[in-house]
Amino acid sequence: MIRIERRLTEARWLVVAVPAGSLLAAAFLSGIILALTGHDPIGTWARLLDRGFLAEGAMSATFVTATPLLLTGLAAAAAFRMQTWNIGAEGQLYLGAVGASGIGIALHDQSPVLIIPAMVIAGIVTGAAWAAIPGVLRAYTRTNEIITSLMLNYVAGLLMTYLIFDSHSYWRDLSTFTARVFPQGKYLSDSASWPSLGLAGIAIPFGFLLGMVAAAALWLIYSRTRFGFEARVIGDSRAAAHYAGIRTRRKIVAVMALSGALAGIGGASEIGDFRHVLDPRGLQQASFGYAGIVVAALARLNPFAVVIVAILLGGLSNAGFSLQGATFPAGLVGTLQGLILFCALAGELLVHYRIRFVRRAAPLARAPEKFGAA
Amino acid sequence: MEADKPPAVTMRGITKRFPGVLANDGIDFEVLRGEIHALLGENGAGKSTLSNILTGLYRPDEGEILLHGKPVSFPAPRDAIEAGVGMVHQHFRLAASFTVAENLVLGHRDAADRGLLLEPRVVEGRIADLSRRYRMPVNPRARIWQLSVGEQQRVEILKVLYRGARILILDEPTSQLTPQEAEQLFQTLRLIAAEQRTIIFISHKLEEVMAVSNRVTVLRRGKVIGTVMTGNTNTRELARMMVGREVVFTKKKEGPAQAERQVALELRRVSANGELGTPALHDINLQVHAGEIVGVAGVAGNGQRELAEVITGLRRRTAGSVIVTGRQIRGGDPLEAIRRGVAYIPDDRLGTGVAPSLSVAENLVLKAFRRPPISTQGLLHPGRIRTNAVDLMQRFSIGASSPQVPARQLSGGNIQKVLLARELSSRPLLLVASSPTSGLDVGATDIVRGLLLETAGRGVGILLISEDLDEILALADRIAVLYDGRIRGVVERQDAHVEELGLMMAGAA
Repeated sequence: MIRIERRLTEARWLVVAVPAGSLLAAAFLSGIILALTGHDPIGTWARLLDRGFLAEGAMSATFVTATPLLLTGLAAAAAFRMQTWNIGAEGQLYLGAVGASGIGIALHDQSPVLIIPAMVIAGIVTGAAWAAIPGVLRAYTRTNEIITSLMLNYVAGLLMTYLIFDSHSYWRDLSTFTARVFPQGKYLSDSASWPSLGLAGIAIPFGFLLGMVAAAALWLIYSRTRFGFEARVIGDSRAAAHYAGIRTRRKIVAVMALSGALAGIGGASEIGDFRHVLDPRGLQQASFGYAGIVVAALARLNPFAVVIVAILLGGLSNAGFSLQGATFPAGLVGTLQGLILFCALAGELLVHYRIRFVRRAAPLARAPEKFGAA
Repeated sequence: MEADKPPAVTMRGITKRFPGVLANDGIDFEVLRGEIHALLGENGAGKSTLSNILTGLYRPDEGEILLHGKPVSFPAPRDAIEAGVGMVHQHFRLAASFTVAENLVLGHRDAADRGLLLEPRVVEGRIADLSRRYRMPVNPRARIWQLSVGEQQRVEILKVLYRGARILILDEPTSQLTPQEAEQLFQTLRLIAAEQRTIIFISHKLEEVMAVSNRVTVLRRGKVIGTVMTGNTNTRELARMMVGREVVFTKKKEGPAQAERQVALELRRVSANGELGTPALHDINLQVHAGEIVGVAGVAGNGQRELAEVITGLRRRTAGSVIVTGRQIRGGDPLEAIRRGVAYIPDDRLGTGVAPSLSVAENLVLKAFRRPPISTQGLLHPGRIRTNAVDLMQRFSIGASSPQVPARQLSGGNIQKVLLARELSSRPLLLVASSPTSGLDVGATDIVRGLLLETAGRGVGILLISEDLDEILALADRIAVLYDGRIRGVVERQDAHVEELGLMMAGAA
């Protein structure tokens, strides 16, 4: 019989050994699948590593993908820390993009010193406001925030689509005939392009730098401020928080808004760093908001770990894109990525729990060998 | 008792380990047919583990079990039920929206069970027989949520008997009963035992063990300390076996001259609703003076929680006024009550009294984190949180390996010390303590009681809400009895009689 028990003490070496073991397990399992489908496992792994992180320009591309993952990952971590389940980073990111692009268009002839902070602030405000809706509903009417924040993602997506495809909105480019027939957004001026930091030949986007600052700020908030302490008490036990005189409702709205603001920065960065235009289809296809939930979960809601996980997942997803081709179907890429995530999460379990194989009592004596071998 | 027949239950050398704990350590335990055998021990002594082994919930790591002289092994609880072992749990396992009859046949197949269809008449008839035979009146068609706690317990016992149990295990069966209800239960148990059925009665209350059992086996730290005939022992000896040392319970010496003292708490015609929005408190008038301990006796569910919550601001009142040291409090705002010097020890220690995953150090500043020196300008000072914790852990001898340990890893007694340390160090004017010693072992109980008396001695008014009448009699200056949301009477301790209080608790006086 297999039994899973909680570990009484979590040994420090496990924190290193388990992730390493998970990666090896993932390599092994995916190796089997690759071999069965007629691919060279080691070659595929080498290519995955190469395209994701080592090749010329791979790291820069990885940062491009990692930036929104970092910000939506932080958004999820900020809310989940308080056991408030904001699933709406997706929609909050859209709104951040809408806000930032709107301001960017409005201030097109201003200097970057003005435009860029204005875009960041616009992203924060719109993202926070969008997240505050499920926050207020949760706090004052006890509506389940998982459902409301999720539904608002669709609303946000349709809103973006409406702005570009179904209306003559401020965001839509109507200057040329082609643009009127094939709807697209107004491109932002060059002065609205966010700078990037060059470091050893790797371009780190401004949005990623903002994310690192946000990660540090989030850590500080949760570990060193009264606000964060109250949020942690609420997250641990709402009854205890009420008992301790903590105003839980305000805090729920505030934490949701904080979470939405982080996702909103992600949206602003998509506009300022990469797209320079409100692109409803591109943003919706990317689904950074949902991926952010995975990032936060893998990082165990630790803001600094979110930074690392975002980079790893960014690289993995880029490498996946470059792997797929005529002989390497997209489904197989997804399988490999899924296996890596699965092993990482399963390994997480092993840090906290241990698995014991125990012999059953006499009447079922033959059973354990079977289970034990499996 | 028939000496020539083999014992109903024989457990030999039972050992059970959990990670880090040796719950049962080579236990030898024997119960005769027709006997009421008490299993006495403090929390954590291994009583529950042993009964869980006997009911097939756990399997022993070592040792053997014999029923009526034949070796048995129970891979699953169902096997134990089939062998005639039935357990009446402390926390009832009944489906609230089902009827008594439905609960009895749940998960049980017999002649009354024709495929998918039940034969309610047959079941109801059998229930009527059983409840007549053992004097446990209960309506088979009533739904569980309509029944009182005492009645629900009867259903639990009937369920076990209905399934043909010859060996009944009752886990702390009186914990939620009034003295009269407990006496009724004892009569039922004697009737059951008279039919040569066997009863194992798990308890940590000495008086009831003396009242109901034929023999007592005392457990301490997973080991059997001894088995004695109830007739040849007394509570003092049992207490010593249970705790391992002489126990003299802390008692209040004399009452303060309350007339000269300031009023710490005054309730005037207070009413409030319960969880479901139905009235739970009616017209409560009560005063607690500074330095006085007022006990509120009563069976749980008669408005105790609402009373505590109205005073501490966790619940809004629907009428009346709550006056703390001369000033009315608005109500519905726990922070207001905290700032006015109301400390509160809730009965739900782990969920409400502490945040279980937060560290001991953090739990010790659960209320003080707003003020200097713990925080200034919205920023916490981890160093001061730590020194505060080290200081309080030492002063209240809190047994935690470090201030950083999550509160949930502490024992019940140590969690209660964390709560007391936090609440008492806030220099309150009024302390509301709900069941402050429930679930604690004898040693911790004594420490908590001592702290309460010491606190009252420093001029703090204490409202002690407890189901444990002995505790109230030991500590309180005055005793109010709460029944059905009303104060049925207030008596001075020296004038109090257990019988009279018991009748008031049952709403009969």
